[in-house]
Amino acid sequence: MENIRNQIKKFFLRILNIPFAFLMHAIDLIMWPIQKIIGVRNMPYIFLLPNLIFFGLFVIIPLGANFFFSLSSGDELLFAERELPTTKQYDQLFDCESYLNPNTCTEDFFWRGVYNTIFFVVFQVGLMIFFSVLTAVILNKKIIGRGFFRSVFFFPVLLSPVVVGLIWQWILLKNGAFNAIIESYGGDKVSFLTDPSWAMASVIFVSIWAHMGFYTLIVLAGLQAIPPNLYEAAEMDGTSRERIFFRITLPLLMPNLLVVFILASIKGVQTFDEIYVLTGGGPGTSTSLIVQYIFTTGFASSGSVQNFGLAAAASMVLGVVLLFLTLMQLYFSRNKESKHQEI
Amino acid sequence: MSETTSRIIKIATKKRYKNKYHWTDYFSYFYLFLGVLLMFGPVVWLGLSSLKTLAGIQEYPPTILPLSQIQVDVEGYDKPLPIFNVTQEDGSVKQLAQIKRIGINAKMVDPLNPGETVKVPIDKREKIREFKIQWQNYVDPLRKYDFLLYFKNSTFITVVATIITLIINSMAAYALSIYEFRGKNFALVFVIGTLLIPLTIILVPVFYVVANFGMINSLWGVILPGAATPTGVFLLRQYMLTLPRELIEAARMDHASEWAIYWRVVLPLSIPAIAVLAIFSIMWRWNDFLWPLIVLSKSEVYTLQIGLNAFHGELTSQWNYVLSMTMVTLLPIAIIFAYLQKFITTGIASTGMK
Repeated sequence: MENIRNQIKKFFLRILNIPFAFLMHAIDLIMWPIQKIIGVRNMPYIFLLPNLIFFGLFVIIPLGANFFFSLSSGDELLFAERELPTTKQYDQLFDCESYLNPNTCTEDFFWRGVYNTIFFVVFQVGLMIFFSVLTAVILNKKIIGRGFFRSVFFFPVLLSPVVVGLIWQWILLKNGAFNAIIESYGGDKVSFLTDPSWAMASVIFVSIWAHMGFYTLIVLAGLQAIPPNLYEAAEMDGTSRERIFFRITLPLLMPNLLVVFILASIKGVQTFDEIYVLTGGGPGTSTSLIVQYIFTTGFASSGSVQNFGLAAAASMVLGVVLLFLTLMQLYFSRNKESKHQEI
Repeated sequence: MSETTSRIIKIATKKRYKNKYHWTDYFSYFYLFLGVLLMFGPVVWLGLSSLKTLAGIQEYPPTILPLSQIQVDVEGYDKPLPIFNVTQEDGSVKQLAQIKRIGINAKMVDPLNPGETVKVPIDKREKIREFKIQWQNYVDPLRKYDFLLYFKNSTFITVVATIITLIINSMAAYALSIYEFRGKNFALVFVIGTLLIPLTIILVPVFYVVANFGMINSLWGVILPGAATPTGVFLLRQYMLTLPRELIEAARMDHASEWAIYWRVVLPLSIPAIAVLAIFSIMWRWNDFLWPLIVLSKSEVYTLQIGLNAFHGELTSQWNYVLSMTMVTLLPIAIIFAYLQKFITTGIASTGMK
């Protein structure tokens, strides 16, 4: 670890030092007079300024503008040319005879997205956490080649969604490797991506494949934080391994798992890119989630007008869901910290 | 005497019990073996297949190694024809080229005697293969299509965005960790607040802002919106809080300007945290998809990810090129991972972000 760190240090320093020092000296020519004028006490504001300008321009102003877009109608992106105020977007979004049946809604595509997202998140998050815990527990044992196995499970996290989507689209083709394996064991070919009842399962599988390593790593960190003397004591008492897992490992891991669970849900609700590449939301609308709806209505409506207002309204709905999940996360992670302190 | 003996026996059996393989051990290795196949298999399979000919890729059931059927040019036929070993009626084996397959029969021709065609039942023939690596798959798309340009765009975005992110995030982190000033708590809450607002819920208005700056179809439209990252500010701030204050006081005594303290004292000491953020930023930017997809609609500004996706959409049947370019897209990240594997995993485990 120390060695790698030093290598990185040297590498960065050697390459970056000359242009870096030049740039920094140049900036100092501006900063020095500023410091003379406003004094040392006010310098932190100058240091904060660039970051805050970026946050303001690309997060805070857009957040306000999102309200505006969702509450105004028209096809134009310019503020002045939009009609205000109107709840037309929200009316249209929530215009349903029965919320349980997307077919009765004006925006059936949105409601299908909502139900698909719920289905997707429940199964993707549930299964992913299950396999992450299983993998982490196994990787936490004294096994041969632990580092190798850990990186094998982790590396898909670094792949881009396009790469993940293309690899799996190709493997899950009707004449792809997966079907060849199935046939060689005597099964029948399956249309993984074009059969509506299989498409969602395939998408969930690929999504778990791509993101599991990240959560495994976090759970593993949680497992390593469990004090080893508890295990030693249990072993002294001759407790069976199953009992150790259910009575020591799992309960002590629980606060950690809760946070991981919500984190995965926050990411899961926003899933877009892998599915976009893998199935494009199809066949039909069977794998299109909420973000896909926002993207399609706002930016990619084929031929017809792009409905920015409707997309903004839908993202406000998504925002409320995410806010709720995030508040839960903050609540539980604070709880976790206070519990740790008590121990 | 007997008591000590029994105790010794007890200790001995205890040890043997501990060293015994439990069923979970067998299960663990089985699971890990399966995991390696499932996690690593697809990428190995991608790498091998990207070296096959198009015919080799489309073959079903597929072969693992890049074996391809030998093809020959036969007089009177436009395309090169695949060669088979055909078992004749008298039991001898002859090499024939296939013109086309009709049901259970194949229309074949002897390459040495192109005038005459014969009908052969398909179960009487066998493909002749050779080990052949198709480097063409990698060369062609880079020459014929714009992949070099996409690669350049991606590299530009990744490098410039990472530099901007590192500079402005470390400046903010410096202000929030070293100084006490009025409004500090407000600034901290402000940064936390932005952490709660992912890009997916403000797509439309960010597009509006970017459009107002005239940055649609410009690489800057991709670089700037994500340059200030709350995660980056926090990562760096947490690290800078641990730096000894005496160093800063000493520098101030020597009449160093605040900017000089920032870049000569604090930045060099924060390099471990900055390196983690740099790796994350490179990863985010190189793999970024949704935002570039919205901002970039002209092919001359495509990034590698967008270009690859569009290329796949246009040429669904050209899997040989799609696979090789997928390899090119994942290679830089794979190389970084191979070198900095431990660094990345500990970075993620300790910060809980990716």
